[in-house]
Amino acid sequence: MRIAIEGGRVIDPAHQTDVVTDLFIADGRIAGSGQPPAGFVPDWRIDARGQIVCPGLIDLCARPREPGQEHKATIVSEARAAASGGITTLVCPPDTDPVIDEPAVVELIRRRARAAGQVRVLTLGALTHRLHGERLAEMAALKEAGCVGVGDGGRTVASSRVLRRALEYAATFDLTVFLTPLDPELGHGLAHEGQVATRFGLPGIPVAAETGVIARDLELIRDLGVRVHFGRLSSARAVELVARAQAEGLSVTADTAVHHLYLSEIDLSGFDSRCHVRPPLRGPRDLDALRVGLAEGVLGALCSDHQPHEPDAKQAPFGDTEPGISGLDTLLALSLRLARDGVLPLPALLARLTWGPARILGLDSGHLGTGAPADICVFDPDAEWRVEPDVLRSRGHNSPFLGWELHGQVTHTLLEGQVVHAREARR
Amino acid sequence: MSAANLQLDRQGRLLHFLTVEGLTRRHLTEILDTAESLRGVAERRVKKLPTLHGKTVVNLFFEASTRTRTTFELAAKRLSADVLNLNIATSATTKGESLLDTLRNIEAMQCDMFVVRHPQSGAADFMARHVKPHIAVLNAGDGCHAHPTQGMLDAFTIRRHKPDFPSLQVAIVGDILHSRVARSLIHALNILGAGEVRVIAPRTLLPVWVESLGARVFHSPKAGLREVDVIVMLRLQRERMERALLPTEQEFFQQYGLTEERLALAKPDAIVMHPGPINRGVEIDSRVADGPRSVILEQVTNGIAVRMAIMSITLGNHARPLGEDA
Repeated sequence: MRIAIEGGRVIDPAHQTDVVTDLFIADGRIAGSGQPPAGFVPDWRIDARGQIVCPGLIDLCARPREPGQEHKATIVSEARAAASGGITTLVCPPDTDPVIDEPAVVELIRRRARAAGQVRVLTLGALTHRLHGERLAEMAALKEAGCVGVGDGGRTVASSRVLRRALEYAATFDLTVFLTPLDPELGHGLAHEGQVATRFGLPGIPVAAETGVIARDLELIRDLGVRVHFGRLSSARAVELVARAQAEGLSVTADTAVHHLYLSEIDLSGFDSRCHVRPPLRGPRDLDALRVGLAEGVLGALCSDHQPHEPDAKQAPFGDTEPGISGLDTLLALSLRLARDGVLPLPALLARLTWGPARILGLDSGHLGTGAPADICVFDPDAEWRVEPDVLRSRGHNSPFLGWELHGQVTHTLLEGQVVHAREARR
Repeated sequence: MSAANLQLDRQGRLLHFLTVEGLTRRHLTEILDTAESLRGVAERRVKKLPTLHGKTVVNLFFEASTRTRTTFELAAKRLSADVLNLNIATSATTKGESLLDTLRNIEAMQCDMFVVRHPQSGAADFMARHVKPHIAVLNAGDGCHAHPTQGMLDAFTIRRHKPDFPSLQVAIVGDILHSRVARSLIHALNILGAGEVRVIAPRTLLPVWVESLGARVFHSPKAGLREVDVIVMLRLQRERMERALLPTEQEFFQQYGLTEERLALAKPDAIVMHPGPINRGVEIDSRVADGPRSVILEQVTNGIAVRMAIMSITLGNHARPLGEDA
């Protein structure tokens, strides 16, 4: 299959390209841009005039809920949501049921994802057996099975001894370690320890629950030379700590979830369970600092932290609801608003969604260089849409952004040169 | 929609009673004045008014309670309502049906008012958001969030003894962090224009942002109790020691317990209050609890009148008032 994407504004952050041109795809790979390669005759032309053509989005944290929680969503349902949102790669953390701590689970997810077709699902293996934080997981076997890294799956390893050993072991096999810093004891709460939690009588999660763990982890990795990625940062102080470590030359990267750039503790008013997330939505200053951290590149990636739920999971008093936001459908449009708001230029923003996460994962994708896998997102940056339950493709409709008017709609998503999503652009 | 808006209709009248926060002085004064007029009912030979005749009030308690449930029950009965008591023990291990299912089931029994106590903050809000429009929801305590009828009965008791609010100094002592009573009382006193509300506790028992509620923080009773008109002691739960918030009950009593000696720091005519049940020798000395300045039992009596007032006001404001003839 040969495809020509014609007349779009091609933004390829990895090559600092931002130009209106044609892009050519053959045999699942980028065949070139500008002038067609010799003898190139497209089977299909995509008219991308007025649209933006960029690498497919790479989402560092999305839970398709399979295996284990198929009542919430499945790989099939969430793959469709990813494709329609321009996401071509998503990374599934190891806290599935069963946990991704043996090759069979990796294989199961790969098989289901391949059958679903529309998105590449990468897996993180567990850092410790069953994610219990006690014994090491078989990281070498997990790597051989295809895991792109290992992680704590949202459960911070409490024991510094175990973590130190796990980091050393991961480093032995050149695995990047993905940590989500939240102290299991101090983090035992429901909302940011601030004015809103005080008023609502919700148990607070102090910023120190995040920064205490980051500070510990940074000291542990100082001499090990292991690559560590901190996922879902929520506070200004956390951004500061990571920035300082990066300045010192530690191989540390970080991301945040896009909802942390739009929502704060104030949005919990009325005990809105859709805003129940972990780490919690923090204060307006934290939100600002995360935006600056993203613009400056301290946060090299922006993710959805996609956690779809069935309606019942959110229909209860706040503390009895499950945390998480369904985010695949809104990742691109919410992110684009950051560029519209002047937080960072569009190419830099797209870098955080493509090349940035690709580098963190060590992948040769997320760019449009000749020979790269043809994972491509074509979107109309001006198409306006309203977030409504019936336009969400994810099975989880648990979004606090319902009712928001957003700009940016994906018209075509290509995965390895196959069109996995297409909708008519509005002219 | 915030809780304050959720409990009001378009004319700003109370439909539910979920929290004191966000209400106006007019709302609170209406409750206090109504309670004053209802207080005499208990002294009559026939302790009943027909206000809620033909109405059904359900006490829906997901947490153990004797006093609060009993006073709600008496309040409803003195207004001639039929009362149904449901005690639903919940624990992490025995998860029963969802709160929404419980609500729908009781709704199907055609009740008019839910009195709800629940261990989760926001539970009463949740109920009010999901009930059919003709049902009134009264919050009888949700997690650490609010216990608004207690806050109002405390304010009522204070007003009967100290009607001059602008000059009033009130100290609340003890476990503010976990206290829904303290939160509701601080809001009520501020809305009613009290001179100063103080909270006295070690840092472990204070929310980090407690000043934002409208209270001045003291860590020592010696400074905090000086010249106050009202002392409100809070109940100390035993599990606070297990969760490393305090070393021992003994040390708490030594540092914060209300003794006659400490009471002498307050104004000579200061009153002593406690939402009950009291832990003698933990937060309060028996001589103070049973002493002449204690109004603790009066609070219990006043609780009935205040709850009668809130029940008649909220049901009276409802779109389908069955008690129109009352």
